[in-house]
Amino acid sequence: MYTTEQFEGIIAETITINGTNGDAIHTYFARPMGAGPFPAVVLAHHLPGWDELYREFTRKLAHHGYLAISPDLYCREAHGTPEDVAAAVRAEGGVSDDQVMGDLEAAAKYVLSLPNSNGKVGTFGTCSGGRHVFLAGCRLDCFDAIVECWGGNVIMSDEQLTDKQPVSPNSYTQDLNAPLLGLFGDLDQSPTPDQVNQHEKELKAAGKDIEFHRYPEAGHGFFYFDRPIYHQSSAVDGWDKMLTFLGKNLS
Amino acid sequence: MCTMICERTEVEGSGKGRDGWFPLEMVNVSYDHPFNAPWEYGVNIDFVNQSRGVGSRVAVELSPQSAKRLAETIIEALKRGEADPQIQVSVL
Repeated sequence: MYTTEQFEGIIAETITINGTNGDAIHTYFARPMGAGPFPAVVLAHHLPGWDELYREFTRKLAHHGYLAISPDLYCREAHGTPEDVAAAVRAEGGVSDDQVMGDLEAAAKYVLSLPNSNGKVGTFGTCSGGRHVFLAGCRLDCFDAIVECWGGNVIMSDEQLTDKQPVSPNSYTQDLNAPLLGLFGDLDQSPTPDQVNQHEKELKAAGKDIEFHRYPEAGHGFFYFDRPIYHQSSAVDGWDKMLTFLGKNLS
Repeated sequence: MCTMICERTEVEGSGKGRDGWFPLEMVNVSYDHPFNAPWEYGVNIDFVNQSRGVGSRVAVELSPQSAKRLAETIIEALKRGEADPQIQVSVL
């Protein structure tokens, strides 16, 4: 809890890490000043790209005491404005799940290697990033907490599977190996409330440590203050629940 | 952008982007979250020339109903143009 007498400072900059296949990828890294030790969060950006919104999310997490790291998951595809890059990636059907898993794991290993890490790292993502962090919680073993926000296509039909997304993420439910916080809007169309119910049911049936919250007045992307879909009370409560969850699992 | 629904086709023509006119080579039509239009989902049409970089893009984001009207309007204009004996299609 921040109080006004405290010193506060963060450092935020672009660095380079080696992601999947050792590829150098740009990464936005924001962290509190000081020796720490600090917990860490890896951010998986949404399909609209490695944009200003995600940089702000990254700095916000640093402000709350986390080593916050956001790899550019589209770095290999192109450079340009985030929208132009995202449009090109969208046209190609996104990026491969395998590549994203490698990049998120590389980001986690990077922050864990720092002398001011407390040895704990969580991951947070929205939209396609929500899907990616759920997958990461199942397919990787480096994360201590997962924050899945309105992950679209966590439940995929056979017709939706592609070479880049060859397996429906919920197929991996049994492999989830970290506590998971899920935030969803009831007015969302992807995932639909029925899909969220199925997702929760499958996680509970598998005996996983989960906490789901649904917001009746929120749709997709209700944290996005730069979009009409922003929903103030849901966003404020969602951030509060997220910071509480991360504090509990990463301290 | 969670649907990943995107249809593509090659096109010939010109588009006017941020740096002026450029030759088009492809149009990508997605049914997904728009960047700017206020709806959760829209029909996003990107006229592009990727050989010139991702910035060579003319973007339009339409509501699904608007996209249908556009498609019908294009077809109607084509019908009238192709039925007019005075119009000769020029091929470079």
